[in-house]
Amino acid sequence: MLLLIQYTLLFASILILVALGGCFAEHSGVINLGLEGIMVIGALGGALMMRYLPSGTSAVAIILLVVLASTLSGLLYSVLLAVAAIHFKADQTIVGTAMNMLGTAAATVIVKALNTAANPDDVSSTVQYVEEKAAFIVNIGGFEFNWFMVFTVIALIASYITLYKTRFGLRLMACGEHPQAADSAGINVYKMRWAGVLISGVLGGLGGIVYITAGVSEWKFEYGVAGFGFLALAVMIFGQWKPTRIALAALLFGLFRALSNVYFGFDFLVNLKIPSGVYNMLPYIISLVVLAFTSGKSRAPKSEGIPYDKGSR
Amino acid sequence: MKKNFLKNSIVQSILTSLICIVLGMIIGFIVLLFINPAGAAEAIISVAKNFLTYNSANMQLKYLGNTLVKTAPLLMCALSVLFSYKVGLFNIGAAGQYVVGACACLYAALAWKWSWLPCMLLAVLAGAVFGAISGILKSYFNVNEVISGIMLNWIGLYSTNMILSNVKEAASPYTYQLTAAGEQALLPTLGLGALFNKNQYVGLALPLSVLMAVLIWAILAKTKFGYELKATGFNKNAAKYSGMAEKRNIILTLVIGGALAGLGGSLLYQTGYEQWQCTHSSLPAMGFNGIAAAFLGGLNPIGTIFSSFFIQHITAGGAYVDKTMYCSQISDLISAIIVYLCGFVGFFKYAMNSRIEKSEAKAAAKEMGKEAAAENKKGGKE
Repeated sequence: MLLLIQYTLLFASILILVALGGCFAEHSGVINLGLEGIMVIGALGGALMMRYLPSGTSAVAIILLVVLASTLSGLLYSVLLAVAAIHFKADQTIVGTAMNMLGTAAATVIVKALNTAANPDDVSSTVQYVEEKAAFIVNIGGFEFNWFMVFTVIALIASYITLYKTRFGLRLMACGEHPQAADSAGINVYKMRWAGVLISGVLGGLGGIVYITAGVSEWKFEYGVAGFGFLALAVMIFGQWKPTRIALAALLFGLFRALSNVYFGFDFLVNLKIPSGVYNMLPYIISLVVLAFTSGKSRAPKSEGIPYDKGSR
Repeated sequence: MKKNFLKNSIVQSILTSLICIVLGMIIGFIVLLFINPAGAAEAIISVAKNFLTYNSANMQLKYLGNTLVKTAPLLMCALSVLFSYKVGLFNIGAAGQYVVGACACLYAALAWKWSWLPCMLLAVLAGAVFGAISGILKSYFNVNEVISGIMLNWIGLYSTNMILSNVKEAASPYTYQLTAAGEQALLPTLGLGALFNKNQYVGLALPLSVLMAVLIWAILAKTKFGYELKATGFNKNAAKYSGMAEKRNIILTLVIGGALAGLGGSLLYQTGYEQWQCTHSSLPAMGFNGIAAAFLGGLNPIGTIFSSFFIQHITAGGAYVDKTMYCSQISDLISAIIVYLCGFVGFFKYAMNSRIEKSEAKAAAKEMGKEAAAENKKGGKE
C-alpha cells in the first residue's frame, strides 16, 4: 500500500510538472505537442550530469546540478518550438511531432556515441545512475520520499501565483485569449509567447528527469518516455488548464499508472488474473474515457495554436 | 519564362522538399562531425547510398528489393496521414492503426489459418476501427485527434503484444514464421521477386500500394467526396454552412485513414519479411516515418510515392554506417530534422513568391524604362 502511494505521488509529480509546462505554453497561445521530446532531452541532460559528476559530490550539489542540467536542456530544446511557431508561423502540430521524433533520435544517437567512445563494445543507449539517484531519496520508514515531490509542490504553487496573481501571468493569459487586444494594450505578444514556451521547456525538462528516475536506476534512451508527454496533455485538458485542477487530475492518472508497477503487491488484484498488459494500458484507456467526458465544454485558451500576425484583425 | 516556371506550385513543392532534404542531410552531417569528425563524410554517404554500397549488381538488386518491401507499408502510413491532413486532421494514430493491422493479419494467419485475402481485409478492418474511435471522439466529444491517437497507439501496442503472445515461438519473443506456420497467408509474389535477384519478399504489396496512392489522388482530385473533404479542411464552418455533413466526413476520413494504415501492417507482415516481437516496448517507427514521408511528399499522393521511397532509403541506409563510430539511428535523426523543416514549408514558399514578385516588379520597371528610352530614341546604354 505504501508502495502504491509512493508511486502514485511520483507519477503524479511528473504529470503535474509537464502538464503545468503545457499549461503555460497554451495560455500564451502556443500548443506544445513537443512536450514528449522536451522530456526526453531534459532527462538526457540530467542523466548525463549524474553520470559525469565526480563520485564524492554532496547530495545537495547533486540535486541542484541535476535539476539545473535538465531544466536547462529542456529550455534550450524548447527554443526549436518557439522560433518555428512564433516567428515562422509554422504548423505547431508538425513541429511538435518533429520535436518528439527528434528528441528520442537525438538522445539515442548522443548516448550511443558516448557509450561507444567510452567502451568500443558498448553499443547500448543506456545511461546508469545508481549511486547518484540515491541523493534524491529520503527513506522514511519504508516510504521512499523523493525530493522531486517538493520541487513539484513548489512549481505548482509558483505556477498558481504566477498565472493568477502577477501582472506577468495575467498578461500571458491575455495573449492566449485575444492577442490583438493584448497588443493594443501595449503587451508584446511575441515576448509573452516566448516566455510561455520557454517555461514549458523548463517544466517539461524537469518532468523528464523525474520520469527516468522513478523506480529505475538506468534508462535506455531508445524507449523515449512512452507517451507520458501526451498523458500530461490529457491531464492538462482534464484539469481545464487550471493548476489546482491539474494537480487533482494528475493524482488520479498517477494512481492508474502506479497500479501497473505495483499491482502484484495486492492479493485481490493478482487473484483477478488480469494480464499485465491490461495494467499497462490502463492509464491510456482511462485518459480516453475521461477526455471523452470532459472535452465537450472545453476551457481551452481561445487563440491557442493560431500564429499571431500583427497585421491581421 | 523562367519566372513562370518557378511560380508553378508543383515546382515549388518539389523545390521546398529538396531544400528540406538537403538541409536535413547537412544538419545530420554536422551532428556526425560532432560525434566523430574522422568518419562523418563516409557515414553520411553510406546513409545516402543504402543498397548501392554493394558492389555487385545482383546484391544491389536484392537489397533494393528489401528497401521496396518496406517502402510499401511506409507509403500506406504516409497516405493515411496525408488523407486525414487534407481534412485538417493530424492522424498521428497511424502508428497504432498500423500495429493493430499487423496484429489482425498475423493472428488470423497463424491461429485461424486464413488465406491471404481475408487476413488482409481483417487488417484493414482493424485499422479502420481504431480510426473510427478517434473520429467519433473528435466529432462527438471534441477530443483532440492527436491526443486520442497517441493513447490508441499505446493501447494498440499493448493489446497486440498480448494477443500475438498466443501465437509466438516458445523459445523466443517472436511470432511463428509465416513461411512455416502460415504459408497460406503469404501475399502472392506475382513473379516480381525474379526482377530483384530472386527476392522472395517482393510481391503484390508494391503494385498494390502504388495503386492505392493513385486511388487516393483520384478520390481527392476527381470526386465530390474528395472535394467536400478538402472544403471541410479549409474551413469547417463554411463547409457545414453549405450543407456538408462535417461530422460524418471527419469520422469517414479517419476510418479511411485507419484502413490505409491497417493495410500497411498487412503489406509488411504478410510478406514474411519480419516477425512480430511480442516484447516491443515502443511503437514501430513506421507510422511516424509515415508523417515524414507525407509532408516531404508535399502532401500529394503521387509525390508521397517518391518521398516514402526516399525516407525508407535513408532509414535502411542507416544500417550501413560504421558501427564503431555511429549508430543506425542517425537516419531517424535525419528524418526527424526533415519533418521539423517541413513545418517551415509555408515560409519557404512565401519567401520564394515574394522574391519572384520583387524581381518581376524590377523587370517590369526596367522594361518600362527601356520603352521610355526607346521612345526618346536615345537608345539604351545597358
